[in-house]
Amino acid sequence: MKTTHAALAEKFIANTAQTDWHDRTLWLVRQKRDKAVHTLPEWEILREWASQIKNHTLSQLSEYLSEFEQKAKANGIVVHWAADAEEHNRIIYKIIRKHNIQNIVKSKSMLTEECQLNKYLEQKGIEVVDTDLGERIVQLRKEPPSHIVLPAIHLKKQEVSETFHRYLKTEKGNHDPQYLTEAARQHLRTKFIESQLAITGVNFAVAETGGFVICTNEGNADMGAHIAAVHIACMGIEKIIPKARHLAVFLRLLARSATGQPITTYSSHFQQPGPGQELHIVIVDNGRSKHLGRKDFRNSLKCIRCAACFNTCPVYRKSGGYSYHSSITGPLGAILNPNTDMKASADLPFASTLCGSCSHVCPVKIDIHEQLWKWRQVIVAEGYVSRKKKTGMKIISFVLSRPSFYRFSGKAGRWIMRTFPFLLKNKLNPWFHSREMPEAPKQSFRDWYLKHKP
Amino acid sequence: MLSKEKILQVVAANQPEFVPLPEMNHGCLIEYSDLCAQFKTASENVGATVQRINDIQVLKEELKKEAEAGRFIINTIAGLGTINKQATLLPAARLNQLEKVYIKGTIGVAENAAVWVPESNMLNRLLPFIAEHLVLLLEKKNIVTTLHEAYQRIDISTAGFGVFIAGPSKTADIEQSLVTGAHGARSTKVYILE
Ligand code: SF4
Repeated sequence: MKTTHAALAEKFIANTAQTDWHDRTLWLVRQKRDKAVHTLPEWEILREWASQIKNHTLSQLSEYLSEFEQKAKANGIVVHWAADAEEHNRIIYKIIRKHNIQNIVKSKSMLTEECQLNKYLEQKGIEVVDTDLGERIVQLRKEPPSHIVLPAIHLKKQEVSETFHRYLKTEKGNHDPQYLTEAARQHLRTKFIESQLAITGVNFAVAETGGFVICTNEGNADMGAHIAAVHIACMGIEKIIPKARHLAVFLRLLARSATGQPITTYSSHFQQPGPGQELHIVIVDNGRSKHLGRKDFRNSLKCIRCAACFNTCPVYRKSGGYSYHSSITGPLGAILNPNTDMKASADLPFASTLCGSCSHVCPVKIDIHEQLWKWRQVIVAEGYVSRKKKTGMKIISFVLSRPSFYRFSGKAGRWIMRTFPFLLKNKLNPWFHSREMPEAPKQSFRDWYLKHKP
Repeated sequence: MLSKEKILQVVAANQPEFVPLPEMNHGCLIEYSDLCAQFKTASENVGATVQRINDIQVLKEELKKEAEAGRFIINTIAGLGTINKQATLLPAARLNQLEKVYIKGTIGVAENAAVWVPESNMLNRLLPFIAEHLVLLLEKKNIVTTLHEAYQRIDISTAGFGVFIAGPSKTADIEQSLVTGAHGARSTKVYILE
């Protein structure tokens, strides 16, 4: 089976109308972000503060993690540490067994996606109900989320309607988003009320207070966490921020970058377990500590998962989340995944035009497009690119490092393109699958410049 | 070795050289000439309704009328009349029928319409979320400009739980069409007491 980004993208774009819709809709989200950003004269300063707070935090991460654990414990929270996905899943399973829990609700957490928690629990005969509307839709369809903030953005309402008709017994052919959302509300209310365990993610964990913040628009994290007797919040080690006052910086940036809202509807601050409740936090490494040691790539640990880089990315918008064949998709997935599995992700850093739009919108100033470029070099150096690409790159580097040969081959190339265009434009060259070549000029820029030089 | 020690050891070995925290000078932050008007605009933009009142009596009467009509309403604000503590402790299955809850917010944020509600004000963490409709009471003098100012005024470590609420529960997960009333309150109304 072909599973490279290019091959999967080809599948996605086969439906032109839907591809165009996907592209347009995400661009609209990007425009909403711009509008929200322009209302704040201090936007660029906020980004700088956020970036520096995160840089500082990464430089003191072990200290802040220890402080957070100590304060959280003092608050009555049970703290667990998981070296990898397996351990994370095992910890949660143990809590489930201990309380003999049957009914589990989960709100959106990219970390549990990364750890494949649902699949792990399913294999043990335990069902987890995803409660974020988009996540519930894709869960019923047995699909993974295609976007970290908008999990069902690859679907049209007709498809949602069909899924709901099948599983929630909604009227056949009723595509009204209002009607479908109401059906999901009723369906999930019963799940919330029966729930014994709520699993959530964490947006920010505050070292100073030992508490954490979860942001949602739907209120699903709160419905679960305040009803179930046990709440488990899962966080990567990079979710730490030093002080409560730093929340102001990040909350101001997050929703504006994600959807153009000034803040999410709910920004819930959990400090202690509720009366009669048990509150657990699982702090997960899963490759992050190693990533921290990669000087060129550690910046990506500053990410606050806003997905602004997805919405602006011309490649993501036109190829869809599934073409990234991993749980974290988009440009972010392309810089994170090679750290944990370079071989399986070798194609991802190449799925970019390096236009830099992602880095420009990133609220914590991650140099996303530069990392993509650097990953390409690491991946080539470690021998993880296909032979075709490697040969091409070798030739290019041979030519580019020899100026006179470069000039000769430029001349030869122009001549060939004018004289025998079919030599380049043929079925064997993937570059021409959907592209036309401009006519080759007779003269190179260098020749032109030498002639016209003042 | 335990995972905790292992993780902390690798993190300590791999973390970069010390980088200081930024100086955050609040002089550059946005300002509004009329905080209350800005709060109202921001609230309407996130789908909330705002009513300015001069006298708490307006709310008291509204509450009384609703109680007389036999609706399932919970009041958690001492200044509005008696608080039925028992009702706040009802199981979720019963609270699922809750039509409306009245809760006092301690801070309102003009830039984004967020209202801070600490656990002590909501009595039961579930109430602002499970009620069909949410009514928040806010004193005008407690409206601040930005979140920075809000965090200067509140101490999140003193509440077991606290939440910023901006508007009603909403989603756009189906084709990006905005629908209010996803899982939490279908409407949020903020009364600003002058
Ligand atoms: S890399 Fe930046 S823009 Fe992309 S999701 Fe993370 S914080 Fe947002």
